[in-house]
Amino acid sequence: MTEQTATRTTVRKSPTRRTRWWGEVGWKYPVAAVIIFYSIFPLVYVFSASLSDTGTLSSAGSLFSSLSTANYEALGDTKYWTWVANTLIVGIASSFGAVLMGAAAAYAFSRFRFKGRRPGLTALLIIQMFPQTVAFISVFLLLTALGNVAPALGINSKLALICVYLGGALGANTFLMYGFFNSIPTEIDEAAKIDGATHAQIYWRLIMPLVTPILAVVGLLAFISAFGDFILAKIVLVSDDQWTLAVGMYQWVSNQLSANWGLFAAGAVIAAIPVLILFLSLQKYIVGGLSAGSVKG
Amino acid sequence: MTVETGAPRQDPQQPGSQRAESHARSWRGLGWGFIAKLLLMALVNALGLSIILSAINAEAWGILAASTALLVIADVVYFMKRTLPLKYIYPGLVFLAVFQVFTLAYTGYVAFTNYGTGHAGSMEQAVDAAMIQDERRVEDSPSYPLAIVQNGDELGFAIVDEEGFVEVGTAEDPLEPVDGGAVGENGAPSEVPGWEIVSRAQLFSDPDLQQDVIDIRVPVSDDAEDGSLRTRDGSTAAIYTSSLEWDPEAQTLTDTETGVVYEASDTGNFVAEDGSQLPTGWVVTVGFDNFVRAVTDTTLSGPLLKVTLWTFAFAILTVLTSFGLGLLFAIIYNDPRIRARRTLRTLFILPYAFPAFMSALLWRGMFNREFGIINDWFFFGADINWLGDPWLAKFAVLWVNLWLSYPYWFLVCTGALQALPGETMEAAKVDGAGRWRQFRSITLPMLMVSTAPLAIASFAFNFNNFTIIYMLTEGGPPFPGTSGLGSTDILISAIYNISGVAGGTADYGLASALSIVVFVVVGVISAIAFRQTRKLEEI
Repeated sequence: MTEQTATRTTVRKSPTRRTRWWGEVGWKYPVAAVIIFYSIFPLVYVFSASLSDTGTLSSAGSLFSSLSTANYEALGDTKYWTWVANTLIVGIASSFGAVLMGAAAAYAFSRFRFKGRRPGLTALLIIQMFPQTVAFISVFLLLTALGNVAPALGINSKLALICVYLGGALGANTFLMYGFFNSIPTEIDEAAKIDGATHAQIYWRLIMPLVTPILAVVGLLAFISAFGDFILAKIVLVSDDQWTLAVGMYQWVSNQLSANWGLFAAGAVIAAIPVLILFLSLQKYIVGGLSAGSVKG
Repeated sequence: MTVETGAPRQDPQQPGSQRAESHARSWRGLGWGFIAKLLLMALVNALGLSIILSAINAEAWGILAASTALLVIADVVYFMKRTLPLKYIYPGLVFLAVFQVFTLAYTGYVAFTNYGTGHAGSMEQAVDAAMIQDERRVEDSPSYPLAIVQNGDELGFAIVDEEGFVEVGTAEDPLEPVDGGAVGENGAPSEVPGWEIVSRAQLFSDPDLQQDVIDIRVPVSDDAEDGSLRTRDGSTAAIYTSSLEWDPEAQTLTDTETGVVYEASDTGNFVAEDGSQLPTGWVVTVGFDNFVRAVTDTTLSGPLLKVTLWTFAFAILTVLTSFGLGLLFAIIYNDPRIRARRTLRTLFILPYAFPAFMSALLWRGMFNREFGIINDWFFFGADINWLGDPWLAKFAVLWVNLWLSYPYWFLVCTGALQALPGETMEAAKVDGAGRWRQFRSITLPMLMVSTAPLAIASFAFNFNNFTIIYMLTEGGPPFPGTSGLGSTDILISAIYNISGVAGGTADYGLASALSIVVFVVVGVISAIAFRQTRKLEEI
């Protein structure tokens, strides 16, 4: 008897519990499947297209109908790897420069008290509100003029593009770093100063190791913005052996979209995989950084 | 001037310097740091001087003044004791001044000029250009046997003058006699020292070269009025001169054949009495003309108004849709009862990890009318012209931007939701607030505190999101008419088209004027965001 009532109660209870579960939690799984489909099908599609053997847009429609590395091999006959190298050169150089110059400026603003410090900080704050990309016409005219004097700084030079990116380095990064530098207690500097360290020794030996996390963040941000920039790179880099990935791959898709589709897909997969891995492995920090950013603005 | 690593590296790589006695007790001379600094400054000075010298050569006075000033300041800063803070700020400051502050200011200047195709230089350059364009072959003038010569990429003409000397010149350098030239059987130079003669066969087989040869003009002397050598057939050259005569006193160009006098006008053109004008002009300031033209010019004002409205709509709708979707997903999946939340979250944010410009290109292929998978998979192969129809293209742009930016908002909102104080929610629940009430009165306001500044920043970013627009639709489909703009153009891509930096007719003045408008909008938005953050910090 007791056994029977027990089973009866469970039988009676479980449908209500299940509907409640479905109402509150269960429905979220099918919805999640829809969201995942939305977010992933383009990525699956581009992966499948990169493995198609003909490499045209028309043949890419059916998923994984063929698995060939023809498109990846064909990349070797194009300028793709030159573009990858250019992107890396421009990205690494500009992120390195941004870190060096931003950190030095932040150190000065954080540690020294000098005339014009507050106006300087305010001026930086105002300047960084105006995006450099909108001034691309002047950038173009300036580089044309500079190119007549020093071709290495003119149109179609990677060095010129790096310099243009570095122009935005101080405005964008000094504040981010300034806050972080301020969080390092000045007692450390003072102790070192009493021990006879010069300002340069304090900067390179003491402060820089302590602020490594923010240096990494700024370097990464500068790299990503150089990697993703299109308008300035397109204006500055003219010939196809100077292009970055963004300009080169745009050119593939914009002339002959259908014929170059396999090349584009393979190139996109190669370029995106390191980014994806980096992003997913740093996900924790990026999420933390986003919410920290949301507090600081 | 690149002072990229100009920060003083007085970091002496002395082993164990930290363990050693303090500097006060053991002074070791100037040290490695000083030597490193000296070497670095020597390098900077060498670079700076070479730029200064080539600026003098190129007669680029602005660059000369700027680079001299920057170099002198650099030396002062790094060799004086009192300028300590500047030692750290200066390198970044140089780049900021040249590539940001100057370009912003210069945009402001260009916006008030007529700089562009047909108005590209000074008045003297315009006079020279007008004469060159007007050049015609002098009647009954002798023709010279010609050899096309080449030196690397440079193309030149070699002729035999009346006295039998070989002369050579290029588009930049006027004709000069050369020593050691030889004349061949056909009367043309057969050997020119320092130059390689282009054979007839080579010329006939290369259409690009032929065009270059026909386009090139080799000045007879430094004076543009002496005319220049040109060729029609590649084997003989003749002197072409201009019928225009320049009077520097009166600032007029007179056509000696027709007698028409072209006068220099305020608008930077040579205008005749009957209103006709020469195609070349020069740069003058035109006041607010560019701004006025953007509003009144009938071919431009309509499209520009549409573009402006769409820019705002695009930026606002992008923020609203992606914020909304991200927030919705964040609320749904911020639920401890759901299993595998981490995996789900990772899969949700994958579009954000895919580089944005590639996403736009990828979707461009997927929206393709004939072969794209959007039509194939979801519309049963229907023939929908996604990127060719004004409204569908707008929808596609928003859709793609939603796809690649909702994960950002999902991440931000998840973080913000997890940071919400649990007690407040509990209290609301105890007080009997329903789920909707909890969301509207507690969750959303508290969420807005931390996300509103990000929303404003995202608006400002999307306001200038050239990459998405240009990579996906290139601004198309085009508006009817000759404006060159299209239905999905936002202000910055319209500026790009108008400016002509990518080729075509350039109108730097008008484009810069529109840039100023964008600056004003972005500046106002940033100011609002800045005040907002301050207000929030007070909370």
